Amino acid sequence: MIRIDQLSVRLSGFSLKSVDLRVEQGEFFCLLGPTGAGKTLILESVAGVVAIADGRIRVAGREVSGLPPERRGVGIVYQDCALFPHLSVAKNINFGIRYHNRSTPAGRAGCRDLIDRLGLASLLDRSVTTLSGGEKQRVALARALATAPAVLLLDEPLSSLDPCFREEIRDLFRSLHRETGLTVLMVTHDFTDAHSLAQRVAILNDGRIEQVGTVTEVFKRPATTVVADFVGMKNVLPVREENNRLAIGGLILPVPRGNGHYRHAAIRPEHIHLAPAVSGALSKLDFQGRISATSNQGFFAEVSVDVSGIILKAVILTSSLLAMDLRQGKAVSLHIDPADIHLF
Amino acid sequence: MSSSTGSIAVTRTRPSARQGRDPFLCLAVASSAVIVAFILVPLVEMMTQPTLASLKETLMDRDVIRSIRLSMVTSGAAALIALVFGTPLAYLLARHRFPGKKIVESVIDLPIMIPHPVVGIALLSIAGRNHPIGRLMQAAGIEIMGTVTGLIAVLTFVGLPFYINTVKTGFAEISPRLEHVSRSLGASAGATFFRVTLPLAWRHMVVGGIMCMARAVSEFGAVVIVAYHPMVAPVMIYERFTAYGLKYSQPVAVWLILVCLVLFLLLRVFSLDREAAA
Repeated sequence: MIRIDQLSVRLSGFSLKSVDLRVEQGEFFCLLGPTGAGKTLILESVAGVVAIADGRIRVAGREVSGLPPERRGVGIVYQDCALFPHLSVAKNINFGIRYHNRSTPAGRAGCRDLIDRLGLASLLDRSVTTLSGGEKQRVALARALATAPAVLLLDEPLSSLDPCFREEIRDLFRSLHRETGLTVLMVTHDFTDAHSLAQRVAILNDGRIEQVGTVTEVFKRPATTVVADFVGMKNVLPVREENNRLAIGGLILPVPRGNGHYRHAAIRPEHIHLAPAVSGALSKLDFQGRISATSNQGFFAEVSVDVSGIILKAVILTSSLLAMDLRQGKAVSLHIDPADIHLF
Repeated sequence: MSSSTGSIAVTRTRPSARQGRDPFLCLAVASSAVIVAFILVPLVEMMTQPTLASLKETLMDRDVIRSIRLSMVTSGAAALIALVFGTPLAYLLARHRFPGKKIVESVIDLPIMIPHPVVGIALLSIAGRNHPIGRLMQAAGIEIMGTVTGLIAVLTFVGLPFYINTVKTGFAEISPRLEHVSRSLGASAGATFFRVTLPLAWRHMVVGGIMCMARAVSEFGAVVIVAYHPMVAPVMIYERFTAYGLKYSQPVAVWLILVCLVLFLLLRVFSLDREAAA
């Protein structure tokens, strides 16, 4: 369990501002955010390797804010693995064992299991400088787990890996977490990692937590424009009230105003359905527009449609783009399901 | 990282090799050649002028042997002192930000800027009876003027910046993350330094020691103020030059340079060997 209360860290040119975060016992928690949001700084505060200006950090029920890193029981795996280049694989893995009463037969057996589990038995005598990216990550993981930490911190462990290794290490994290029930706090800027691993996520931006929730919650119902942008809501537009209805510019939205006070509407680009322009009466859910730009992105294509001066972005299969012969300047009709419009 | 820079270098040299007549490149090569020649020609000339007989004769001269040995011992001692006391400072400077850091760094560079005789005068001015440190030293029986202690003090003074700056760069090249991981695995700050930082930085420490010693061996201005006698090699070369002329000073200079070359080559090879093994 990790509990962070009112954590502030001040560096020259950047600061963490009153961050509150709770990672439950046995939870896999992802800290998401753009580069430079302060994610690694939170991890390093928990690990105790940066000086914190204010706040309290508890790990496994124990206040650790005043403790040196070696007494916090926190394992850390960095993106670049930070393996000790002057030591062999075995010596890297065993580095911390002498400090943790794991030199006992049971401790040694635990380490052997770990080495087998991570498939490192054949690499033990190798120099760490000769390992592949995936192997390095596994050694870094084994080294951190060998000391049986109370929590494991992962700092973008997947982002520097080749796609094939990434899948392998992601699976490894998932099964390790399932088997050991370890509390994990992982930093990433990739939503795919969070989707496949995390139970809950927090979105961090510019040193502040923007939203905490399950992956689905954050993905479907972002609470702020920053989060909406981060989770790929390409259409985040300011809304205003008009005759008890909500409107974006001149567009009256096909949703009731409800009781809430909303300032933004967000629509995922895949939830805007395009069809060839129809003449005659439109359904309430449909809009007419003109294509202002298309961008082919491989399997998918992004189509920007100008609807009375508002640009809405839709994503469709490239094959549909070609089939419907959608080009710049062409008139199209758009269909949006009210359930897919997220107001906040 | 290194492989990518390597490939960039390769792609860069290829076209330039083909376009060998680029006037800018020719100009750069020409001016480089002038500079290298400027350094090499006088040295080679000096090394080759003395006859073998005069070199042999100089080698028989006990005063020469004694002065070269003294130069080596005092400079080596200076490098050792720099290693013991300079390493922690280099580490602090590489790893920590603190108020006044820039000032401390400027202070460390001062011995490079100050005219050498001034260094000697400065050291003597705290060693005299008029200064509390001087009185303390006298009470302890430490004499600076005209002693080996004084020589080592002066050489340490002028050599320190070279050691500290080299080792600081070495420490800065080691990712702090390695130390963070070590701490998180249970090692204290001290254990981390000796198990992670030092094994990765020692090569820089050897090179820093070489730089410091090289600087110390070549010191003259500060030495003549503090200790004309016992005579270190540069002072002896100067004395021979003023008393007997160029011809008599050259062989001593040649031997000093040769001894230095052998010593530094040995140290370099030693540090490279371990690098290859690692």
